[in-house]
Amino acid sequence: MAFRDDVRRIRAIVWKDLTTERRSKAGFSAVAALGVTILVLFGLALGPDGKALQSAAAGALWLAILFASVLAFNRSYQVELDGGALEALLLYPGSRWAIFAGKLIANLLFVLAMLVIVVAVGIVLFAVRVPAEWAALLGIMMLGVVGIVSLGTFYAAMSSRSRAREVLLPLLLYPMLIPVLLASMEATKAFLLGDLLNASGAWVQMLSLFDVIFLVATFLGFEYVIEV
Amino acid sequence: MVGLLGHNGCGKSTFLRIVATLLKASAGDCFVYGANVKSDGDVVRHHVGFFSHVPGLYDDLSARENLAFAATMLGFPEADIDAALERVGLTHVAHERVRGFSAGMQRRLSLARLILQRPRLLLLDEPYNNLDVAGIALMNGFIRELNAAGGAAVVVLHDLVPAQGVLDRTVTIRDGRVHTPTAADLRHGGDSPQAITLPVGAAGIS
Repeated sequence: MAFRDDVRRIRAIVWKDLTTERRSKAGFSAVAALGVTILVLFGLALGPDGKALQSAAAGALWLAILFASVLAFNRSYQVELDGGALEALLLYPGSRWAIFAGKLIANLLFVLAMLVIVVAVGIVLFAVRVPAEWAALLGIMMLGVVGIVSLGTFYAAMSSRSRAREVLLPLLLYPMLIPVLLASMEATKAFLLGDLLNASGAWVQMLSLFDVIFLVATFLGFEYVIEV
Repeated sequence: MVGLLGHNGCGKSTFLRIVATLLKASAGDCFVYGANVKSDGDVVRHHVGFFSHVPGLYDDLSARENLAFAATMLGFPEADIDAALERVGLTHVAHERVRGFSAGMQRRLSLARLILQRPRLLLLDEPYNNLDVAGIALMNGFIRELNAAGGAAVVVLHDLVPAQGVLDRTVTIRDGRVHTPTAADLRHGGDSPQAITLPVGAAGIS
């Protein structure tokens, strides 16, 4: 019964976050624009050399996803801080993990929507040949995004009460994300360069392991970082 | 209803936030209807309704959507939303976004959320701010109703006038402790004849 109540709360938070985000419009536009701008700048810096573009595509793509995601994480708690809504959210009875799960799923959907745009632009700009096994590549990207979003949602909650949250979040998040980013980039790169299972396999395993660790740690730790 | 009085920064709001489980006390224990606010926070939150001086609403949701979200989080039926909106006089703007509401309308909507919740213990932090005469009457009517149903309220006040008629007693806090009021405190507390110091054992808090 309690679990069902928590599921109902999770759904309500996801709906609320996505609805406010959809209506504010500026949020998604800013995040997507930042991602695309990073890709365009990388593309211009590398020039028309097709080989250089293809080998840099994975790195540029993950950097664009990372920077744009951080903007999204900050926004996701800004909505709660405006008008003291976070206080009201914490006053509702129920498990704290349900709040985290709701925020995490909403952020995941938001970043995935941004990912669609960034990847589409990346494919065109970096002359990426989409592999026949594109579904597996999508799986790698999903694993990378789950790692980034779980840790990003957690640290955004931790820094949300700080006045310097916009500075604090990247300072906390970037060092912790190095293994996820490295594994995501290497797995994507290996895949795009045609190594389907050999080189990318080890990185995918590492990525999956970090995802599990981050998800478990953030779910367990959320209650303590959101309390004052 | 118990009124908490005291100078700015004496700990009135901090006390309410500790009872509401929003802050952790650095020392001592606090129990609400037998539940410890430190260790049984979730049980306490089932009993407590908190009316803060910030509205706690989402600007990009409509009044009705804000209440629907609150109802879902609280586990209450959405069927009561229309009645709550009607009671606070916001039916005509039920589908408008809160972003366009005045401060007073936002306070009324926050009150509608409490009406939905019907807590056993109401914690009010300067509840009359930004409310017009009709809003104050609404607030007092809700408090009376809650009292009649066996509930209790603790209210942080700077001005006793709007609370006259619903205030049963007052407690003065100084430096985070219950304080016997001086003549200056009584003057600060307005013209209430009942400004006496009592333990905060009332309203289910010990």
